[in-house]
Amino acid sequence: MKVLADLKYSKSHEWLKEDGDVCTVGLTDFAQEELGDIVFVNLPMVGDAVTAGETFADVESVKAVVDVYSPVTGVVTEVNEELIDNPAMANEAPYDAWLIKVAEVTETEELLDAEAYEAHCASEKE
Amino acid sequence: MELKTPLYDVHVEEGGKIVPFAGYLLPVQYGTGVIKEHMAVREACGMFDVSHMGEVRFTGKTALATLNHILTNDFSDMTIGKVRYTVMCNEHGGCVDDLIIYKFGEEEYLAVVNAANKDKDFAHMKANLLPGTEAVDISDQVSEIALQGPKAPAILAELVPADQIPKGYYTAKRGVMIDGMECMISRTGYTGELGYEIYTANENVVRLWKLLRKTGEPYGLIPCGLGARDTLRMEAGMPLYGHEMDEEISPLEADLGFGVKLDKEEFIGKQALVEKGELTRVRVGLEVVGRGIVRDHQDLYVGDKKVGFSTSGTHCPYLNKPVAMALVDVAYSELGTEIEADVRGRRVLCKVVPYVFYKRSKKQ
Repeated sequence: MKVLADLKYSKSHEWLKEDGDVCTVGLTDFAQEELGDIVFVNLPMVGDAVTAGETFADVESVKAVVDVYSPVTGVVTEVNEELIDNPAMANEAPYDAWLIKVAEVTETEELLDAEAYEAHCASEKE
Repeated sequence: MELKTPLYDVHVEEGGKIVPFAGYLLPVQYGTGVIKEHMAVREACGMFDVSHMGEVRFTGKTALATLNHILTNDFSDMTIGKVRYTVMCNEHGGCVDDLIIYKFGEEEYLAVVNAANKDKDFAHMKANLLPGTEAVDISDQVSEIALQGPKAPAILAELVPADQIPKGYYTAKRGVMIDGMECMISRTGYTGELGYEIYTANENVVRLWKLLRKTGEPYGLIPCGLGARDTLRMEAGMPLYGHEMDEEISPLEADLGFGVKLDKEEFIGKQALVEKGELTRVRVGLEVVGRGIVRDHQDLYVGDKKVGFSTSGTHCPYLNKPVAMALVDVAYSELGTEIEADVRGRRVLCKVVPYVFYKRSKKQ
């Protein structure tokens, strides 16, 4: 299970990258492995508001639909069109296959660093 | 508490992702994933642990009459070694289960039923036996592996002489020895591909699995889980109990009329089916035209009018698109009709198409 050191993680298995004013959100390696083959992503639109701790998208594997939670409150500035066309990217390269970019961030959830996230995943596997 | 088939440890060893299903712990997929497993069956070969299925042996002078009484199909003209699909109805014409019947003797038949309905089926069967028929639930003694895909015949031919392999679709041979293990081989399956279902005693199945696995490896054989089993049968338009039919849906509504012989003198549910008369709703296939995946038990609309509900649906790997099967009002069942599915509050446009979405090329 891959975890990148420079990202922050939510307990619901989303990753967050902070780059000045813009945040990028995606699904972790743990999430894509649990889901299996991802065949459909349902993303919000540019301009939509997202709220920390609330769902903003859903992702479908062959067998299941899973909600994705936003780690931040803000406004969507970009959605990953490439991912919409090729959902399997989220399995192949979870840390490259971002879902949305968010600006005007006013609130961030309490997130875990890489080490704490790894421990959290380990405890979930038990 | 869930049960394990004799292959449980093998599944775990193979990296199976174990889930509860029909009272058993079975792999929904292995490390390969549903899509690769599905494609393996379409292009090479896949193997499935289907030991959870139920088996009931019927014997006695009136065994045939009992089957004709409790089941919708007519078994009078079956020859030994033939297999026949049927539905078992309740008094209201709804479905108790769908199953297959094997004839092994003039007074010996085997019923293979869905794992999820095993106990319900056996109780129903016992309650409706004619005097002179004995029914024994042998599920606990029988294990089963399905070998499905264009390479299945070649793989089996490496282990079994030609005259021991059933040739025609829906035929079976029992007493076949595979490396010293007694098996019943049936030319049946739930994938839409060439293939076999191999039954054997519990104590053989682990060795049988490993032997098939090793023999099939050069042909591209991989183990496949429940996830692929479902996407494969969906593409092939095959019904699944609890979806395309249940206690409230008749076999005729589920478009299984080929297995319902209304010209039989009687059978449980016949009167209700006859009284229902012309169908008001029927099974159709849906192709998703809009964006989204239609799943089971989602409402269908034409404008504001609810016209039915989906019974199964998923993204299908070989077709590479989402399809569904549904029960709709006959008025909206014509091919090409546009229907909207309510997918978690959002309307997704679909089109009525034939529900056999995939048919294997006969060239194989």
